[in-house]
Amino acid sequence: MNIIVCVKQVIDPEAPPSTFKIDTATNRAEMRGSPSVVDPYSEYAVEASLKIREARGGKISILSLGNNLLREVVKKTVAMGADELILLEDEAFTGGDTWSVAGALAAGIRKIGQVDLILCGREASDTNAGQTGPAIAEMLGLPCVTLARKVEINDGKARVERVTAGGFDVIEMPLPGVITISNEVGEPRYPTIKGIMAAKKKEPVVWKPADIGLGPANVGSAGRRLMLRRLFQPVREGKCDFAGGDSPEEAAGRLALKLREARLL
Amino acid sequence: MSDYRGVAAYCEAKGEKLLPIALEGLGIGRKLASDLSQELIAIIMGSNISGLASQAITGGADKVYVVDEPLLKDYQADPYVTAMKKIVDQVKPGVLIIGQTDSGRDLAPRLAFRIGTTVTMDCVELAIDPESKRLLQTKPVYGGNAMAVFTSDTDPQIVSIRTKAMPAATQDPSRKGEIIAFPAGLDASVIRTKFVDRVTEEVAGIKLEDAQVVVAGGRGIGGPDGFKQLDELARVLKGALGASRPPCDNGWIPDSAQVGLTGKIIAPDLYIAIAISGSSQHMSGCSGAKTIIAINKDREANIFRYARYGVVGDWKKVLPAFTAKMKELLAS
Repeated sequence: MNIIVCVKQVIDPEAPPSTFKIDTATNRAEMRGSPSVVDPYSEYAVEASLKIREARGGKISILSLGNNLLREVVKKTVAMGADELILLEDEAFTGGDTWSVAGALAAGIRKIGQVDLILCGREASDTNAGQTGPAIAEMLGLPCVTLARKVEINDGKARVERVTAGGFDVIEMPLPGVITISNEVGEPRYPTIKGIMAAKKKEPVVWKPADIGLGPANVGSAGRRLMLRRLFQPVREGKCDFAGGDSPEEAAGRLALKLREARLL
Repeated sequence: MSDYRGVAAYCEAKGEKLLPIALEGLGIGRKLASDLSQELIAIIMGSNISGLASQAITGGADKVYVVDEPLLKDYQADPYVTAMKKIVDQVKPGVLIIGQTDSGRDLAPRLAFRIGTTVTMDCVELAIDPESKRLLQTKPVYGGNAMAVFTSDTDPQIVSIRTKAMPAATQDPSRKGEIIAFPAGLDASVIRTKFVDRVTEEVAGIKLEDAQVVVAGGRGIGGPDGFKQLDELARVLKGALGASRPPCDNGWIPDSAQVGLTGKIIAPDLYIAIAISGSSQHMSGCSGAKTIIAINKDREANIFRYARYGVVGDWKKVLPAFTAKMKELLAS
């Protein structure tokens, strides 16, 4: 089993919302004071790959894209147990949309060659789009199942439980194929001491656009088809009416009375 | 791009009825079509669904394309993307609206990347740019911390829309429209995946999506026992039980109770958030509620920026007293 997991580096989505700032000049966002992290949704995909390797054996390659990717961040996936780290890293890769990013990831996957399964997070925590996995599948002409909560591999097929509003569907997909992983797959494991030591020694393979057969017009902002017109923070004025009291019980009683007065209940 | 005209809305159905999101797609689609002085086209796909076309017409569609084939019985990407691409290639709509349901999340990007156009997922606002006549596609990003407005130069401009973000079409039984049966000529060989089974694990009682009152708990509830207390309040208020992501990830409550960006997006009359901090990812799922009430021990918690009424305190002390008082008030 050769598994490729596409992993994104993002601003920390768990940082307090109050630290979230947008640079309107560049249309970029940051969490003031918090470093970038491995996207939590990517971590679920890494966790899914580790579960599959435990059951079937194989090799897990992490594929990530960006510029000046923080080594200690991308190496977390190796510390969790991945075998290999491949970075599509160049200034030309910045500012992309799904067309340019998934196009580069698909080109990287072609270069890796022998692959049975490609895993992505169900979406990224910054764009909240959920397009990259399906886009890679279309670009490579592979079948795809999204929103997986469980993946089992048997006889060259993946048996996938796909999350639905009322439960889940069970779908079989022939390999090779693409699966996007949802958070229901289970909490990503913590890196082990052994994993952290292995990650320290592991040097990533770095590919530039030319290494994966792409010209400058096809990658990053030059390869975009979707244009970002504006990025802004919605204004939200808190106007909460607090029910108080000498004790929590008294406050609770007042809250109930306020709701009754407002005819909400 | 110039020969693409009209606004198309894919109308997802369940059983004998269009889903509410289908009527929301027709509602915004009608508005965009009027702004462009173009037609509104509805697309319905499934098996044995020919009775649904009239609902799309009364909901505002000028034309309805119906693809009715056995291979479309259960949603799978391969037959749905193949059939939808055939329609798009023939009809050439300028805009295509798809609901952000669990099948829409799958269909929209697969279709866009197969056609070679763009898609913006989970839009909460759509408008026509008066100058360029292109679609302004607004969606929350960074878990709801920010909004992004996108445009695209490729056609069709595909978008998925968030549930309950836009008003549903008002039904007008006197409306007339044209119904066109569209044979997609699907061949089983296009389907690479195999649908094996559908498992439903609904929580007993009122469905979360339909409930007027939702009582939801967060990480601070601490375990499954706490949710029993929340359930008691939900029963008293004839509401449903919900949760933010951590209680679901920890197995305190089934995943189907999750409210948020990765769970259900709901818009009840009343949302009672207990020990929920109000992360952006959670608020994406409940900020459409008419009134939010919060009980949280941290006065600075983000949830209070959304709440209309609140109590700062330990839920373990506040909730029993609140439930008792509500029982008393509702009985009188």
